Amino acid sequence: MQATLGRIGLWFAILLLAIMAIAGAQDGGFAIQMAIVGIAAFIALVATARAHDPLATKTGMFKLPDGPEVYDDAPVRWGVIATVFWGMAGFLVGVVIALQLTFPQLNLEPYLNFGRLRPLHTSAVIFAFGGNILIATSFYVVQRTCRAQLAFPKLARFVFWGYQLFIVLAATGYLLGITQSKEYAEPEWYVDWWLTAVWVAYLVVFVGTIVKRKEPHIYVANWFYLAFILTVAMLHVVNNIDLPVSVLGSKSYPLFAGVQGALVQWWYGHNAVGFFLTAGFLAMMYYFVPKQAGRPIYSYRLSIIHFWALIFLYIWAGPHHLHYTALPDWAQTLGMVFSVMLWMPSWGGMINGLMTLNGAWDKVRTDPIIRMLVMSVAFYGMSTFEGPMMSIKSVNSLSHYTDWTIGHVHSGALGWNGMISFAAVYFLTPRLWKRERLFSLRMVNWHFWLATAGIVFYAGSMWVAGITQGLMWREYGPDGYLVNSFVETVAALHPMYALRAIGGVLYLSGAVLMVINVWMTIKGRQREEAPMTNAPYDAELDRPIVSAPALAAQEA
Amino acid sequence: MANKRIDEATQTETVGHEWDGIEELNTPLPRWWLWSFYGCIAFAIGYMIVYPAIPMVHKATEGTLGWSSRGQLAEEMKEADAARSTVRAKIAAVDIVKLPEQPDLMAQAVAGGAAAFKVNCVQCHGSGAAGSQTLGYPNLNDDDWLWGGDIKTIEYTITHGIRQANDDDLRQSAMPPFAGVFEPQQLDALATHVLSLSGKAKPNAQGAQIYADNCVVCHGDKGQGDRTVGAPRLADAIWLYGGTKADIEKQILNPRMGQMPHWGGRLDPVTIKMLAAYVYSLGGGEKIAQTTTPEPVKQDDGQPQQ
Repeated sequence: MQATLGRIGLWFAILLLAIMAIAGAQDGGFAIQMAIVGIAAFIALVATARAHDPLATKTGMFKLPDGPEVYDDAPVRWGVIATVFWGMAGFLVGVVIALQLTFPQLNLEPYLNFGRLRPLHTSAVIFAFGGNILIATSFYVVQRTCRAQLAFPKLARFVFWGYQLFIVLAATGYLLGITQSKEYAEPEWYVDWWLTAVWVAYLVVFVGTIVKRKEPHIYVANWFYLAFILTVAMLHVVNNIDLPVSVLGSKSYPLFAGVQGALVQWWYGHNAVGFFLTAGFLAMMYYFVPKQAGRPIYSYRLSIIHFWALIFLYIWAGPHHLHYTALPDWAQTLGMVFSVMLWMPSWGGMINGLMTLNGAWDKVRTDPIIRMLVMSVAFYGMSTFEGPMMSIKSVNSLSHYTDWTIGHVHSGALGWNGMISFAAVYFLTPRLWKRERLFSLRMVNWHFWLATAGIVFYAGSMWVAGITQGLMWREYGPDGYLVNSFVETVAALHPMYALRAIGGVLYLSGAVLMVINVWMTIKGRQREEAPMTNAPYDAELDRPIVSAPALAAQEA
Repeated sequence: MANKRIDEATQTETVGHEWDGIEELNTPLPRWWLWSFYGCIAFAIGYMIVYPAIPMVHKATEGTLGWSSRGQLAEEMKEADAARSTVRAKIAAVDIVKLPEQPDLMAQAVAGGAAAFKVNCVQCHGSGAAGSQTLGYPNLNDDDWLWGGDIKTIEYTITHGIRQANDDDLRQSAMPPFAGVFEPQQLDALATHVLSLSGKAKPNAQGAQIYADNCVVCHGDKGQGDRTVGAPRLADAIWLYGGTKADIEKQILNPRMGQMPHWGGRLDPVTIKMLAAYVYSLGGGEKIAQTTTPEPVKQDDGQPQQ
């Protein structure tokens, strides 16, 4: 009772502070943001006050199964729901801004113009959708592969809700025009500080759980999760060192300026891709692929070598975002060669993911979740080849600042991150809510094909658009003068932009099926449907890919 | 490591660990993977030797090729300049009034001017040079000129700009604001009279009188305008700030007057000459024989032409 009172007092104090901040706010946006903090504190206060019967209320709200649990899965369940929710928000905004680029009349000033919705889209899909599935799966995986319950369960809950508050503050801030204008690091100083606190708590929970593990060794997925958490903490803190103009205002100025600021930003930006969208998602791959396939990991040695090579090399590759700029030539050279060396370490993960299916390749025909995982790893392989290629200066001089970059990012984001997250959601939902199976496997299959078609439209149109753009910009006539003005290149891209929007709509409609599927599964429904395939199974044809000497040895 | 076993499907030994049912095979590194990795590292080392790469105390290593991005830019610009130097020298040598008489050189100048236009002028005048009939950016495709449309005058306008205080020879003029001068009914009559000059309304005596008292000095008795002060012609369907009665009244009360930068210091004289040739060639060039057939100008739809 006293503990409850203490916590209520804490939330009340935060509520009072928020109200004081609103009263003294230097700008309207900051006042609104503090109002959101106040509302969050108030909700926490009420929730704490009602916490005498925590299980009953939470069971009702999230439809949690009854009974004691082996592992602490409540934050994972919330995380899965949050993933689906923010995913829909992010994909929807993505479709909207794709349409805005095609039809500029759709820019609704000032709150819903492209400039404000674009960071809303990127943050929603990377940090809200991607971040939630990373936190949720890491809590799920670390407990099971360590055979230990989450350390500091209350802190784990703070991580989840604190992270949601970060998302809401960031998203509403963008719409209000609050931004520090750094790509993927748009939130202003107070949101950054809040995320730092949440992230340190996340690290403490994760490391604490590893420390109390009952297994002698730490599983490879946990190395990747840990690399992701640690490095993102470092990147976030360094890139957001700045000085607020006023403690009651939203504006701040960064410590690093000029080309140094640009380099720090792209060191951050590139490694947000490297450690958030690559290392973290490789961790998911290392758990969900072997689990769903029911097969051992292809190569333990490869996992060690490619892990260390990947995290050592990735951190230096950022300067390739600043080719042919004021950045000194030597730094551009290093950025490029580290990116080229990164190719094989990245592919190590692809090999380990794909070859784990050795002995279970037939499941690609029958199991749409495996199909998603395979497609995901395939797109990972494509993107991690394309990335080093685009970092080569002569390629970059064509691709830089064009839509090719957008196509590259989305083949990775929609293909690799999206598909593996969907697969993880489909894997987790029946297990977390203790259902026999998903509501519908056929809907998963539809989701797979809609998403795949969407990616083909998206990446294909952006590749064509990007190369068109690059070639038009550099085109000189026989007289030695530029042939195209900028606006002519924009006009030339219009059909490609329309195709991209179609791709986005397809991808979004696939995700709608996921929402229905997850919703119905949680409700405990099962759709009556024909099995996925009736193709006869021939064990003779279903052989693993083994190298020639191994085969010879087997025959001998 | 007591749990090592041979995996049946792949005939490979496991490492012997197990986590939540997940085992790991002890497959060696794929050779092609390893050698590709070594190859990338070798490429990286070689690249770092020949290009600037390693930061030292005072400056970075320069690489055995002696390459630098600034050097590459300077070289490419030099080549491009060299390729154009003959043409530029010829254009520089010829008097701009005589330029349209030399079709080959004129075509070169128009091409160069088109390129310079795309970089410097499209922001206001539009990529088709159609401007905007509501935002005050003149359409350069038609034969309605504020300050004159022969090639020499166009060159002068580009060089010195319009209503920019940093040039002594600039085009300068101002229309006085009439806010508070007229009763609403007088303003209405005046605007109607202005519209009547192009046949868009019926003439009225009151408006004609106000026009004669206040406007005729610059815009002329029939609304023909005056190029010496850049006063727009009112007796046609081409408008800078819109041709509805409301637009005209707004303009009378608080006139907006466009500015154009003076390009004299920013672009070299040959580029300006080429820009003048390009603008001159668009369709409305005056006095001197035209090199291209002027496109028919639609004057009544109010839409920028591409």
